[in-house]
Amino acid sequence: MVRRPSPAAKVGQWVFLLVALVVGGLLINTLGANLARRSMTFGFGFLLHPANFDIPFHIIDWSLADTYAKVLLVGLLNTLLVSAMGIVSATLFGLLVGIMRLSVNWLVRNIALCFIEFVRNTPQLLQIVFWYFAVLQALPSPRQSLQIPGGFLLNVRGFFVPNLIMNAGGTLLPWLAFLALVATPFAWRLRLKRRRIGAFALALPVAALILLIASINHVEFPALKGFNILGGVPVPPELVALWAGLTIYATAFIAEIVRSSIEAVAKGQHEAARSLGLRRPHVLFLIVLPQALRIMVPQLTSQYLNLIKSSTLGAVVAYPDIFQIFAGTVMNHTGKEVETIIIVMAVFLTINLLFSAFMNWYNSRVALVRH
Amino acid sequence: MRAKEVPAEAAASPGGDLDGFVEGPRTGPARAIDWLRRNLFSSVTNTVLTLLVLALLWWVIPPFFNWMIGDATIAGSSRADCTGDGACWVFIKQRLHTFFWGHYPDDQLWRLAVVAGLMIAFIAPVMRERTRHRGLFVFLLLTLFPLLAGVLLAGGVAGLPFVDSDDWGGLMLCVIIAFVTVAGAIPLGILLALGRRSQLPVIRIFSIGFIELWRGVPLLTVLFMSAVMVPLFLPYGVSVDRLIRAIVAFTLFNAAYMAETVRGGLQGVSEEQEEAAYSLGLKWWQVQVFVTLPQALRIVVPGIVNNIVDLFKDTSLVTIIGLVDLLGAVNLALKDPNWLGLAKEGYVFTAVIFFICCFGMSSYSRRLERRVNRHRTGGR
Repeated sequence: MVRRPSPAAKVGQWVFLLVALVVGGLLINTLGANLARRSMTFGFGFLLHPANFDIPFHIIDWSLADTYAKVLLVGLLNTLLVSAMGIVSATLFGLLVGIMRLSVNWLVRNIALCFIEFVRNTPQLLQIVFWYFAVLQALPSPRQSLQIPGGFLLNVRGFFVPNLIMNAGGTLLPWLAFLALVATPFAWRLRLKRRRIGAFALALPVAALILLIASINHVEFPALKGFNILGGVPVPPELVALWAGLTIYATAFIAEIVRSSIEAVAKGQHEAARSLGLRRPHVLFLIVLPQALRIMVPQLTSQYLNLIKSSTLGAVVAYPDIFQIFAGTVMNHTGKEVETIIIVMAVFLTINLLFSAFMNWYNSRVALVRH
Repeated sequence: MRAKEVPAEAAASPGGDLDGFVEGPRTGPARAIDWLRRNLFSSVTNTVLTLLVLALLWWVIPPFFNWMIGDATIAGSSRADCTGDGACWVFIKQRLHTFFWGHYPDDQLWRLAVVAGLMIAFIAPVMRERTRHRGLFVFLLLTLFPLLAGVLLAGGVAGLPFVDSDDWGGLMLCVIIAFVTVAGAIPLGILLALGRRSQLPVIRIFSIGFIELWRGVPLLTVLFMSAVMVPLFLPYGVSVDRLIRAIVAFTLFNAAYMAETVRGGLQGVSEEQEEAAYSLGLKWWQVQVFVTLPQALRIVVPGIVNNIVDLFKDTSLVTIIGLVDLLGAVNLALKDPNWLGLAKEGYVFTAVIFFICCFGMSSYSRRLERRVNRHRTGGR
């Protein structure tokens, strides 16, 4: 048992608290005086005022008359969109590069190593500006768009993806499919007449997929009309650059996590599986990876959180995420420096807490029990 | 479960344990063929993979080298001299001084040279493998050196002309920000780590709140806070230099990360050590300073170096709040109407500089880690 703190220390901590409170009070007092001098007030009432500016990229409807609160939502969704895209692609590539790092093939192994070392030792901001200014801005104009197999177009205005046009009433279907996907793991554990539903739950997403495909009317390919590209879903170059920057940077870190987690799986597991006659890929995918995935959950969590926080770097290429819109445009329009920064910080703290809580819950369910 | 860190070489030689099966010592070409067969062509899949990778390399590397070196222009002094298809290194050559030290006056550059020399002199004994009183040298590096360097760089005393911090820039600014941040963040991080383990509730809650607050928000918001919010909290008429505000923001932010690294080390020191120290009659601070911290810090030195690499990379973020660091200088130079369209050259150059600095530090951290592990397991 470690010793109890002395009485002096116990009193000391309250003195510390008192000093902290006094300093805090003085700061707030100064803020009030400074704001009064500029005849401004502190408050969040501005959130209900109409914003009157355009947001270049939004995934929900946006009009000039909408309020600053709606701006917050639009920005938040843009942040979540690029983060989600980055997390999915970085995980897949990270898994691939991490496995490459352990390949028996010398060339594959060292290519992965070079990639990881180069990416980890250059600033992420530099990588994002490189993708935007040196690569995407140097692309040809819409007239000489690069054709990518599958009907994709790439030019200086962005990346154009074929659009799926749904039959009437089809707009609800993607949401239904999403719900089916979310419900699947829960259905998996459900019991019907004391028997687990188990793999039959897969019928849910399969049915949703069939329904979705059945209701596609036609595929609309992007095409050049005059000087512009019409049709398809345009992905702005800002989003592409930020996505590439976030993905590649996180891939290098996740690959190292994958490598160390695979190596942390007890060697006996690998040897036992080999001696049972399983082939190398089977050993990897059936025996080693499922255990390694559980080991890497806590480290992956912190990488994902880093990625979400790094999405603010999109400000440098003017991707309208919550930071760029709020700490940039809204701050300039309203002059509410303190409020906007507090809001952005609060949003990130909340995302952080919710995400960690979810991942901790997930980790506690899948973590390997140590004997 | 803590992931095991395996040294790079150990991980990189799965084929190594087959060595024992090779009959007799082979030499020359036979040995090379053996190596190739084992490492590149051991099976059909492997051969296919090797060929695929070779094709990819053939597709990527020659054009890249042609651009970098073969077709590049190095001689000359203006945009018009860049006629080839390759990189236009003339641009970098012309702007080199702003990339490295911003607008520091040319006739005062000897001061930078002296500071660089001092830095090497102060860092050398800290990095040497066999140094006695390493703690003392670390202390000097983090206190005496920044003071000396600050006086030399800013001037205004002892006949040295004053150089405004607005004229500091480029890589030099990155190094200054990183250095001062490290000097501030390590002591603050240690205090926070101790605070987080304290038995005094007020101190513990304050430390946890402080650490989690900074770790929960992006660095960019913290920098913006320092740039636009902090002036509002200062009394009227008081103004603090923009660079100093940015450095304070960096320090607070990185102290939280340092604290978590140090906490990992504190947890690695067995409780018996503290108990034994207390039973000898030592006070709390004596136990921490003489028993717990020396052991904890030894374990976490590689982690701290990794933190330093991260924060050095992060210094490029000051570009966004308008300070002209290396990336900022490159961005500014790219907007020069005489040198348009040279983004690739500028960013490749920046990447190479950052890579050299960061890779050096990461390699050092890995070597330290191996040394620490060797000490902990009692030699191999």
